[in-house]
Amino acid sequence: MSESETPKALREFLAEAQEIVEQLGRDLGRLDEQIKRGKQDPGLVNVIFRGAHSLKGISGMFGVQQMASLAHTVENLLDGLRLGKVPQTREVLDVLFESVEVFSLIISDTSKGEQTAGTRVEEAVRHIDRLMMQKPGGKEASPLDALDIDPQVLSVLTEYEEYRLSENVKSGAGLYRVRAVFDLSDFDKGLAELQAKLKGLGEVISILPSSEGNVEAGIAFDILIGCEKSLADVTAEVVDAAKNNISVKAIGKKTDKAAASEPKKPESMMLDDGEAPGDESSLRSVAQTVRVDIKKLDNLMNLVAELLLTQNAILSISEELKREKGFRGTAIKLYKEARHFERRLDELQQGIMEVRMVPLGQVFDKLSRVVRKISREENKEIDFISSGEDTELDKLIIEDLSDPLMHLVRNCIDHGVEPPEERARLGKSIRGIIRMNAFQQGNHVTIEVEDDGRGMDPIRLIETAKKKGLIDQARGEEMSQKEALGLIFLPGFSTKEQVSDLSGRGVGMDVVKTNIANLSGMIDLHSEVGLGSRFTITLPITLAIIQALIVKVERETFAIPLNSVTETLVLRHDQVRTIERREVIELRGATLPLLRLSEAFALPPADAVPLRQFCVIAEIAQHRICLVVDEMFGQQDIVIKPLGKLLGTVEGVAGATDLGAGKTVLVVDVGALVSEAVSGDPTMVHSA
Amino acid sequence: MTKRVLLVEDSQTMRGLIVSTLEQLDGIEVMEAPSGFFALKVLPREKFDLILTDINMPDINGLELVNFVKRTPQYKDTPIFIISTEGSERDRDKGMQLGANEYLVKPFDPEKLLVLVKKYLAV
Repeated sequence: MSESETPKALREFLAEAQEIVEQLGRDLGRLDEQIKRGKQDPGLVNVIFRGAHSLKGISGMFGVQQMASLAHTVENLLDGLRLGKVPQTREVLDVLFESVEVFSLIISDTSKGEQTAGTRVEEAVRHIDRLMMQKPGGKEASPLDALDIDPQVLSVLTEYEEYRLSENVKSGAGLYRVRAVFDLSDFDKGLAELQAKLKGLGEVISILPSSEGNVEAGIAFDILIGCEKSLADVTAEVVDAAKNNISVKAIGKKTDKAAASEPKKPESMMLDDGEAPGDESSLRSVAQTVRVDIKKLDNLMNLVAELLLTQNAILSISEELKREKGFRGTAIKLYKEARHFERRLDELQQGIMEVRMVPLGQVFDKLSRVVRKISREENKEIDFISSGEDTELDKLIIEDLSDPLMHLVRNCIDHGVEPPEERARLGKSIRGIIRMNAFQQGNHVTIEVEDDGRGMDPIRLIETAKKKGLIDQARGEEMSQKEALGLIFLPGFSTKEQVSDLSGRGVGMDVVKTNIANLSGMIDLHSEVGLGSRFTITLPITLAIIQALIVKVERETFAIPLNSVTETLVLRHDQVRTIERREVIELRGATLPLLRLSEAFALPPADAVPLRQFCVIAEIAQHRICLVVDEMFGQQDIVIKPLGKLLGTVEGVAGATDLGAGKTVLVVDVGALVSEAVSGDPTMVHSA
Repeated sequence: MTKRVLLVEDSQTMRGLIVSTLEQLDGIEVMEAPSGFFALKVLPREKFDLILTDINMPDINGLELVNFVKRTPQYKDTPIFIISTEGSERDRDKGMQLGANEYLVKPFDPEKLLVLVKKYLAV
């Protein structure tokens, strides 16, 4: 083909490719619009398919391999889409939009003689291949078999036209053959007029030039349409009595020939006369999912929260009533009803919660793109391996999670994975690995980000921290390995002024930690020199309504989120010991750090010394601590509200909640307490 | 005597490529039809020795064109090649059953196209 690849031919190719790609983008936009409005023209996907098809054809001829391969894949996807073999989902549209961008990039590359689109082409192709794997299997018997239709007509239909025909049959639309004869000189004009009329009635499935009749005099077309109108209506609409060049015939079922030739009643093909226009059947599958603004769900959640408060109030009224003479019976009835009401509320709350859950897979996809992009930029070869994509988290958490995760991944590539030459020297595989894993454990989700790079050296971390004045000599010497690793999360530790185009500018690991903490989660680091590092993030599955243990410490009431509480027990003073100036408690052979909330929050002591105290054992990410409280009031559903601007963030406090009857209490941030207890800073109160 | 070829293809670039391939043969004149409708218009007016058509086109598809040509007495002896992207095996089978003489898959091998054109036109 080299001879014809003169610059002029190439320019022509690029111009046409550009035109097709721009049209693709516009048509996809229209499709997106139509889906949103819930009214879709079945022909549009076919138009888009044809665009990709043409693109594939010309790019293949010009040897623009990247474009040919992506266009080929996109064409397959669109083919599946138009034939109903691939479900039309948000993800499918996304990858199509992405493909359009990649096509544009390839065009601009080709015009400049560059090649920069490689990874994006690969990604898009892989993504589409994955989508194609999910296509629903099983082919039903073709409804066309039952149609009384000329085999000659069927033989010229493309697979797509056949599919549209059977979709119309399935939806119960009437099928008609419109025969039109036009003058050879201006048949295209007449045909265009007729087509426009027919499109208003239903769907034009195929236009077949007929070989019957005298071609010198004119040309005949058989147009196959599917529509909801009766034969009489269609005839009235298209037949011009004066010209007598158009006739309409209903196509019926084989067993029903009489009805089909009976002019006025093609009822055998019509399920009902009412609503359901022809397009609706193809829309139905799309309408299985509804896209909802998360704010609406928040409103519902708030309503449920208020109902829960009312519910709590009713319960306590019933308690009060029980004590009143003569009302005991009524109080018990009220109590029973209130309990019933509570269970239904629980279900409602659960239902709303489930709606908010989305799988982590989409974040992982984004991260895999980031890994490919950055590793390319840094000339490192990295495989991205992920598992647990189905793990679900609250939509809002997922949104706030992608930046910290991107930052961690970037950190692993920048500082973790060695360049290929170094890896070869070390006897490691040249290709590095970034592994993401997610799983749910009770009410928490754990996400791991892991690399097989050089790991972090605690001694070097301590040196850096000392140089930066973050710790002094003495502190550096007494630090355990784990504490040293924790240094990277200190503000001001991150050495480089990183300007990342991904997740903000100059973000340090301290910001990552803060972001995770804002989601009531915690982050842990495990690293081995020469082997790699693993960040472990633990998050609650939702931030909306949670169950809490209501406790009293000195004179203050607190709520402790129950999702991190494993058990409660009476504190026995003989179980408490002191190790390295810190209190610990022995629990069934394990030693747990002990944290007195009264000390952690520096509360003024109450007048009376409590007779006995309680241990609340909290566990997050394999770390357990014992929180000492003075009294326990039981469980309650609470909605965590952020503290006002005035207070800002207070360490150890996740927010505040209203317990009803105007009583507002602080919610303990167990994650922060556990982090601090584990990393070993006994004083908690340094408010921000 | 000059042989006349009707090329039915909606992509201008693709037409350009096919035409420049065919121009390597002497004694051939190519008429370009950007759509199936266009082909239907010129068929009765002019005589062609060979028709080359794409399948996927916006108005009438290539299969319909093959069917029309092969079932209309005036044209049925005119050889017709389908040049289409490999898309669907099914469409290919249909094309051959309807009477297409040859089926080329895009991106086609220009040499192969030339050999086939020479064979059918004896140029």
